[in-house]
Amino acid sequence: MTSSMKTNRLNWLILIILAAFLLAFPRLFTQPFLQRTMILILLWSVLGLAWNMIGGYAGQVSLGHAIFFGLGAYTSTLILTKWDISPWIGMFGGVVVAVVVSAIIGWPSFRLAGHYFAIATIAAGEIFAVMFRNWRWAGGAVGVYLPIIRGERIANFQFHEAKYGYYYIILAMLAITMLATYLIERSRIGYYLKAIREDPDAARSLGINITRYKLYAIMLSAAFTAIAGTFYAQFVLYISPNTVFALLFSIQMCLVAVLGGTGTLAGPIIGAAILIPMAEYTRVYLAGRAGGLHLVVYGLLIMLISIYQPGGLMGLVRQWQQRWSTRAQRRDAAVAVPAHHRLERSEGSGDVTDGAS
Amino acid sequence: MALLEVQDLTKRFGGLMANQDIDLHVSPGEILGLIGPNGAGKTTFFNCITGFYPPTQGAVHFLDEEITGWSPERVCQAGIARTFQIVKVLRDMTVLENVMVGAFLRYPRTADARRKALEVLGFTELADVRDQISRNLTIADKKRLELARALATEPKLLFLDEAMAGLNPTETNEAVAMVRRLREQGITMVLVEHVMKVIMPLADRVVVLDSGEVIADDVPAKIATNERVIEAYLGEKYRATD
Ligand SMILES: Nc1ncnc2c1ncn2[C@@H]1O[C@H](COP(=O)(O)OP(=O)(O)OP(=O)(O)O)[C@@H](O)[C@H]1O
Ligand SMILES: [Mg+2]
Repeated sequence: MTSSMKTNRLNWLILIILAAFLLAFPRLFTQPFLQRTMILILLWSVLGLAWNMIGGYAGQVSLGHAIFFGLGAYTSTLILTKWDISPWIGMFGGVVVAVVVSAIIGWPSFRLAGHYFAIATIAAGEIFAVMFRNWRWAGGAVGVYLPIIRGERIANFQFHEAKYGYYYIILAMLAITMLATYLIERSRIGYYLKAIREDPDAARSLGINITRYKLYAIMLSAAFTAIAGTFYAQFVLYISPNTVFALLFSIQMCLVAVLGGTGTLAGPIIGAAILIPMAEYTRVYLAGRAGGLHLVVYGLLIMLISIYQPGGLMGLVRQWQQRWSTRAQRRDAAVAVPAHHRLERSEGSGDVTDGAS
Repeated sequence: MALLEVQDLTKRFGGLMANQDIDLHVSPGEILGLIGPNGAGKTTFFNCITGFYPPTQGAVHFLDEEITGWSPERVCQAGIARTFQIVKVLRDMTVLENVMVGAFLRYPRTADARRKALEVLGFTELADVRDQISRNLTIADKKRLELARALATEPKLLFLDEAMAGLNPTETNEAVAMVRRLREQGITMVLVEHVMKVIMPLADRVVVLDSGEVIADDVPAKIATNERVIEAYLGEKYRATD
């Protein structure tokens, strides 16, 4: 009890220090490369957290999330270029489109077991890439350049003199995504998604309509992914099917979450904080010499994580915490004998007895 | 009025008749024992009632409503909960979280679900392991956890599939006491047990399945002396020593 309260207080302390650091970051570090990298870390934190809603909590590994990212980017961009409507409004248009499409993709694919779901999402992603490459009105394979709008105002969602504006917008988006994740984790839907991940049959036997909850999860996930897509379009000011609908985008979203630890709030953020600087570094400094190097690095990372640390970095943190708390429990147990007895009895149990009946 | 009414239930797997023309009813408040040798079709029967298998034929009525072929979640929402022969705890979640997942069905708010779960954990004597990750529990505690989780859905009818298999004598006695307390709470139960000895003192009535068919449906005392039942079990013993 007391040790969990201590870790709770520690978590809050870390969060407050982190928030203060993030708020002050653009004043502390003024180099453009650093600021750009930080914006990308925050963007990928949002994407990792969004992916985590369906891929982590519900355990439905999607490799097609570039669809929702691309739809967010394209919807707001087309609404801006064709009708001259603010990307802030276009962003919500993107959310609606992505949510509807996610439901259309999710509904049939959720019936597929395990790996087949992942494969289906890859296929869906490729379909969207091909569609947009051939869609003349939407810029075809060339893509779309966003019109430059002068006047550094939040309302324009464009900043040219300094990157502060982008930085604080994506920071706010991250805060909202974190809050959403926090609320999901603590409410019925979060418990239900975890139950579905752990054992779909058990979940159904407890009255959970698993298809419906997976749909909720993918729709939420798609919504936040689409918001990040709009941000990306406004930040880069150029989108094309080969960038926003790329399979590599989907893989990177998954990897950010998996590296940090799926099904946790901190995991995807930690994952982004490690992976994105690495990716940027290899892209900027090694691009000329070794084109696909970051792909090799991704492949190696996936292999290493799946072999040694399926829980991601957060899994490591948890293991340490558990070691700490059992040590604390041992100390308490010296006083309270029955509790100690319980602990020993359960430690003796193995999974070998599981199937015995 | 029967709580559960099963008519002519048949389940076929290819050429195999796992359940054949099963007729039975469960009255409110009773404990019905369902026994039979290995492969008799007990688990299949559970799966047909609770929506995990669609029956090939027949009808199931619960509280005067036809529930034949309903999905598992709908059956649970209607008030029938179950446990699994091979335990299905939510391994990476704590004991409390497991039970909360059940409690959320009737209590959508987290605080209420938590309160309900704690109440059930107290009743099932799991309160002192509530923060343990359920994968680390003993098999007996895992079975008890499954029962607690099912109870948290506030069922009117509870199906327990071999809740006492694999337990040592002390644990079995604890489980028997638990079933008695559940009955005092007014919960109707269907208990599947492979071992007759456990069921006899507990059940009000016993149904015996053999090769998918009901071969007896009577009070425990009469079951123990029923010719066909003895034959079915002797047959099994004979096979077992092969
Ligand atoms: N999904 C399935 N597909 C094919 N055959 C099945 C399936 N489920 C059960 N069976 C078969 O149906 C018959 C009845 O099995 P069931 O599991 O219902 O028996 P049981 O009475 O629960 O036995 P036990 O005491 O071993 O648990 C068995 O012959 C089994 O092999
Ligand atoms: Mg069985």
